Amino acid sequence: MANATNDRRKFMVKTVQSIGLATMGGLLWSGFAIEAEGSPLVLRPPGALPEEDFRQACIKCGLCAEACHNRESNIDKETGEQREGTIKMAKGGEEALIGTPFFVPRDVPCYMCDDIPCVPVCPSGALDMPSLLNEKGELDINKATMGLAVVHKESCIAFWGLQCDACYRACPLLDEAITLEYTQNERTGKHALLLPVVHSDICTGCGLCEKACVTEKPAIFVLPREYATGRVGDHYVKGWDKRDQQRAGLRKADEIETQTKRSEEKPVDYLNKEIEY
Amino acid sequence: MKNIKYLILRRVTQVTLLVLYFGANAYGWHILEGTFGSSLLFGKIPLADPYTTLQVLATGFVLGADVLLGAAIITLFYMVVGGRAFCSWVCPINMVTDLANWIRRRFKLDKEEVNYRFLKRNTRYWILVLGVLVSAVVGVAAFEVLSPITIMQRGIIFGFGAGLSVIVAVFLFDLFGVKNGWCGHLCPLGAAYSVIGQKSLIRVKHDHEACTACMECKVVCPENQVLWMINKKSVSVTDGECTNCGRCIDVCNDDALRFGIREIMQSQSIKEKR
Repeated sequence: MANATNDRRKFMVKTVQSIGLATMGGLLWSGFAIEAEGSPLVLRPPGALPEEDFRQACIKCGLCAEACHNRESNIDKETGEQREGTIKMAKGGEEALIGTPFFVPRDVPCYMCDDIPCVPVCPSGALDMPSLLNEKGELDINKATMGLAVVHKESCIAFWGLQCDACYRACPLLDEAITLEYTQNERTGKHALLLPVVHSDICTGCGLCEKACVTEKPAIFVLPREYATGRVGDHYVKGWDKRDQQRAGLRKADEIETQTKRSEEKPVDYLNKEIEY
Repeated sequence: MKNIKYLILRRVTQVTLLVLYFGANAYGWHILEGTFGSSLLFGKIPLADPYTTLQVLATGFVLGADVLLGAAIITLFYMVVGGRAFCSWVCPINMVTDLANWIRRRFKLDKEEVNYRFLKRNTRYWILVLGVLVSAVVGVAAFEVLSPITIMQRGIIFGFGAGLSVIVAVFLFDLFGVKNGWCGHLCPLGAAYSVIGQKSLIRVKHDHEACTACMECKVVCPENQVLWMINKKSVSVTDGECTNCGRCIDVCNDDALRFGIREIMQSQSIKEKR
């Protein structure tokens, strides 16, 4: 009888111990895995799923990086030798999750190959080929949304009044993704400013502008779209745009009421209120 | 040469595979591209690591057909033919842990100091399951974050980085921590192949009549619990944890061990007698 109790106790202790140790291991492991996920600001190859989904989906095989490195066009025109590929495989301790492909435009930008060699080879679907197909069902690199170029005007010498259009000329979608805005140079009173303006509906985030930028640390650089774009919200409708107007439907303007937190008070009240900082 | 035949064959296989993978990136060869996670054989046939595939599926992502087909091909191959042969004939970490183990034997480390026994060989099955659970919770393939196997392989193909420390850690653990610590106690990929290869056909056979009980095989075997029949019974090594490395055959001076095809009926009778 005493023996049976002892056995039962042994069994219980062993079970609890195993579960406890497994839970401890699981927690440590989860913590490490979350830490290892890396920076959300990392740039992925064309067609990549949104960052979080991409980290799930990527099987870390490196086929995209190999296809990028070994594409026929990857030849240095001066030396005739093979260049480093655009896509790097994260080695650990870098910004990207270990083993996943990413690129750093300032080192090697994406050259936007017409045949997009890196995408069809992806076996897992982390690089989503359908997202890069045009209406005719052909691969179209111009549909890529790897990121969005952003100009820091204080460090862009064109904003100083110096003549520089390096990014404008480097852009593969010349005069579409980056245009030059001509304005007057107020400082000298007799010169023009040729200011680079990025158009987010065209820019693919290839980073050739970032590579070409002449400043010590690039004044134009690529960020993941999610971090370089804003969102207006549903309650603003462009009344002058027929397609956008459809969102409002057949409702008349005076029937539309937008409810936000501010609607709780009358405009007179909240405008007269002191601002809280 | 006689007592290193399979050792040499294994090293040749391991190195050849790594050279092929390396060449795919460096020179654009189309023989074996990618990494163990997912590969392309001859530019056509997909291959994929079943455990990695399982982890990615656990994160909730519906994988492409190529990976699923690749995982099925690899699973089927080891299930029917190789058993846990991946570990000793393919995995590059095997060279690291074998080196640690060789140093252990060469300098008789096991005799001099305590061999910590807090780790049990079944820990790897817990880690195997845990890896899938953690993948589901965190949303990234959990073992792939720290797997020394793919870190070493990617290091060889694309260049080493901070991940190198994991490989050094495994080496030190096997050398100074637990004997066969990584491959024989912790590695969930090895555990996965142990499960997959339970019933595989190629097996080491023991001839009890020829055995002189020198026990060299047990000294050299990385999973020596599978050699329970030595000098006891003339049966095949049917345990899934056997890596089919053939070291026991190499070191046997009595021709009491050799590779053969598993007798389908035999495994039944063993169970009855055991």
